[in-house]
Amino acid sequence: MPIGDIVPEIAVLITAAVILLGASFVDQRRQWLGAPLALVGLAVAAGLCSAQLAEIPRLTFSGVWALDGASIWARLFILATAAIAVTLTPEWLHRDRRHGEYYTMLLLSTLGAMALAGAADTLELVVGVLLSSVTGYTLAAYHRGWALSVEAGMKYFLLGALTNTLLMIGVTLLFGLFGTTDYAALAAATAAPVQGMTLLALALIVVGVAFKLAAVPAHAWMPDVAEGAPPPAAAFLTIAPKIGAAIALARILSVFPAETIAWRPLIAALAVATMTLGNLGALGQNDVRRLLGWSSVSQSGYALMAVTVIGLSERALPALLFFLAGYAVANLAAFAVVTQLRGRTDLAHYRGLAGERPLISAVLVLSFLSLVGIPPLAGFVGKLTLFVATIDAGYAWLAVVAVINTVVSLVYYLRVLAPMYFHESPAPVAILGRWATSGLVTASLLIVALGIGAENLLAALGYASLLP
Amino acid sequence: MLTATILVPLLGALALAFWPNPGERTCRSLAAAAGTVPLILLLAVWLGFDTAAGAPQFQWVENAPWIPSLGIGWRMGIDGIALAVATMSALLFVVAIAWPADTQGRARSYYAWFLFLEGVSLGVFVTLDLLLFYVFFDLSLVGLFFLIGRWGHGDARRAAFKFFVYTFAGSLAILLAIISLVLATDPLTFDMRELIARQPLAGMDVRAALVLLGFVVGFGIKTPLVPLHTWLPPAHVDAPGPASAILAGVLLKMGTYGLIRIPYSMMSATFSRYALALGVLAVVSILWGALVAMAQRDLKRRIAYTSVNHMGYTVLGIAAAGALLAGDQTARQLALTGATVEMVAHGLITGSLFLISGAFWQRAREYDLQAYGGLARVAPRLTGLTILASFASLGLPGLAGFVAELQIFVGTFGVYPWLAAIGLLGILITAALFLQMLQQLFFGDLPRRWADFSDLGRVEVGALTVMGLLIVAIGIYPAWLLTLIDHASALLTGGGG
Repeated sequence: MPIGDIVPEIAVLITAAVILLGASFVDQRRQWLGAPLALVGLAVAAGLCSAQLAEIPRLTFSGVWALDGASIWARLFILATAAIAVTLTPEWLHRDRRHGEYYTMLLLSTLGAMALAGAADTLELVVGVLLSSVTGYTLAAYHRGWALSVEAGMKYFLLGALTNTLLMIGVTLLFGLFGTTDYAALAAATAAPVQGMTLLALALIVVGVAFKLAAVPAHAWMPDVAEGAPPPAAAFLTIAPKIGAAIALARILSVFPAETIAWRPLIAALAVATMTLGNLGALGQNDVRRLLGWSSVSQSGYALMAVTVIGLSERALPALLFFLAGYAVANLAAFAVVTQLRGRTDLAHYRGLAGERPLISAVLVLSFLSLVGIPPLAGFVGKLTLFVATIDAGYAWLAVVAVINTVVSLVYYLRVLAPMYFHESPAPVAILGRWATSGLVTASLLIVALGIGAENLLAALGYASLLP
Repeated sequence: MLTATILVPLLGALALAFWPNPGERTCRSLAAAAGTVPLILLLAVWLGFDTAAGAPQFQWVENAPWIPSLGIGWRMGIDGIALAVATMSALLFVVAIAWPADTQGRARSYYAWFLFLEGVSLGVFVTLDLLLFYVFFDLSLVGLFFLIGRWGHGDARRAAFKFFVYTFAGSLAILLAIISLVLATDPLTFDMRELIARQPLAGMDVRAALVLLGFVVGFGIKTPLVPLHTWLPPAHVDAPGPASAILAGVLLKMGTYGLIRIPYSMMSATFSRYALALGVLAVVSILWGALVAMAQRDLKRRIAYTSVNHMGYTVLGIAAAGALLAGDQTARQLALTGATVEMVAHGLITGSLFLISGAFWQRAREYDLQAYGGLARVAPRLTGLTILASFASLGLPGLAGFVAELQIFVGTFGVYPWLAAIGLLGILITAALFLQMLQQLFFGDLPRRWADFSDLGRVEVGALTVMGLLIVAIGIYPAWLLTLIDHASALLTGGGG
């Protein structure tokens, strides 16, 4: 077995195990030590992962695991997301009796998202979805004494149980039709004219992955999780599974020939539905976390634009990856702000924040403007590359829909930002502490750096490939 | 040089943002200092600008890579049209910063936003990269959004909101159009000079028409052209005086400047095919703006609508200039030069008028024209300077507005005589509405509540005098400005240059 090909994953797994063991013995006040330990593990994994960039893209473990640009970059983004989510945690959970295990759960969830990004086999895909889901439910319901958190976990679980089943039916059908679970073999088999059953199988798989992506029709859990999960967990859950799922979806779709199975219009329709529904859902929200959840749904819709044209334009894959990175840092910054403000979530409580907490307010401005796509921030370059790729591939109408949606999204982001600056502050604002500050600062610096220094990442992503 | 005109104000803004507790005076002096540097630099560029025949259109060119994988670079460079508009903008910024404003105890952020706005606004005019153009274009919205929302009055938050969302929709239309335009090049390049030389969409009828539509909608919102103008009056009315002056004087120019720089230059064949439609739209704006302005009782709303009218003249000039690919070169060059002079003149004149209305608000908290009367007795300086600006705005010979409108109409008569004839009606209505406004404000009986209405202060008089002198200078001896602009407009209309 080529164990060397999965050393990053092994590093994460070992760290998770070490933390779990440690947490069982260390007393409650020192449970925070799990955070630096997790950071070290993630850093080692990231180092090992970036070493894979130098290798020639290939499939390994008998073709179930992809080591190509898409997989490596997505896993790097997932690791970075997890690291920033870890920095938000220690102060938030320091009174929680199960503080230490939280990091284990987070690392295992990271592993699930990474498996999604690398899956080149339908069963591997199922493993990734399941691992990411099971840990996700736990993270969402981590505050088990708080009804909203439990409700979030419950909804997440119910929807997950349904869509995971659909995914497995799809995978089974596909296996029945073609006698293989391997992407490369599937690609060869589906080149011949296909039956209607194949389309059904593919549709079921798309729904299953859409659940992880929080895209229509399996998006309903996202606002609840964003609202009810502990904010550091929400930061992770709104981003990491999405990165993995976007790559997983792009990978399995490119297996099927778009000429015989018309999946491009299907994904385009899902993209439109997702971004529109997400934006409409966010418009009336008076709860900032819920608003972030809906906005996260709409951002999945934009990501689906790149998936729609994957393989049609060579710019699609770099655009997808860059967009995901830009989305990740902006969303992390937003949740870092919520965490730093001790979870404050009522829109009315953000009035006049700028007077009391100018720097935190500025970070939220950066984050939201980046999510809208105001230059020269990360989100702008992300949307720019997305638009370039979609128009390049002849889907200009999709870009027009995205633009209209972007204008709508500006409205709800401004509904939060405007009162922060245009009102006087009502009361002093308590904040969390240094760990959260470090996450906040890192994320906001990355928003600016990825925007102004876009070339560094963009040039590297230009070489990324998508196997098989 | 051009890079510095952008970076100095931006650095100034950054310095202010992180300066712990400076006093109001310190903020203002620092802002004034950092805000004046671009003006000085641009004047130096002007002195060094070669207007001889055969000199290249774009001069003072700078190049640095930014995102080479997408063909985006930090490209700076300026032609006669851009230089004229940019210098006027820089002057207007200095005046607006110096103008005594009510910063409501937040002087630091007020001046920081102003400097930020100056940097990015000048960036729009001096860049030669299409994407950077968009970047600056978009950032100017952010700057003005905060200025209106935080320091405006009345329903300022709503106005700021409407302004941002409405004009952001316009910029996204422009972004899509830019991408579609640029994607026709291979390898991708956002270099304006390349795009002008290549005319990438030539021969693609439907796509070119759609791209043009995107540009016209986007720039039409910004300019604004009827029927895309509805964001403008509330934004103006509720903005603080200096921000209003910048909005009218600088931001609206981005719309018309963009029309010249992008669709006019980079897709001239398509532009000429639809120039007549654009001209008709411009005439509608001229008449609609004038008529609606006439009906306004609110001082600021009235001036805001005259902006719609005046920018209509500019667009008419641009449409006439772009109507043909060859022939009638003299008339078209005249129209284009006139359109640019109108941009400069409108910036100076309407900038002054908005600063003046800011002065009214600071003294009386009242914009209703009916509430005033007989102010000539108590405020002679205010009266004199307002009359000067109003006469310039209605196109009195000897003042800047006349030079601009004369050239636009003479040029347009050579291309679209009927449009020009109808458009002339606009001038008549504008004259009537300004005379009526002056009469209402300054003559007749002085209501008792204004008996102690204070006249303009030293700084205010100084600022308005500088603008007034320039208005007169352009009116009496426009050659210094025309030589500069003609160099570009001759090249852009296919003449020798």
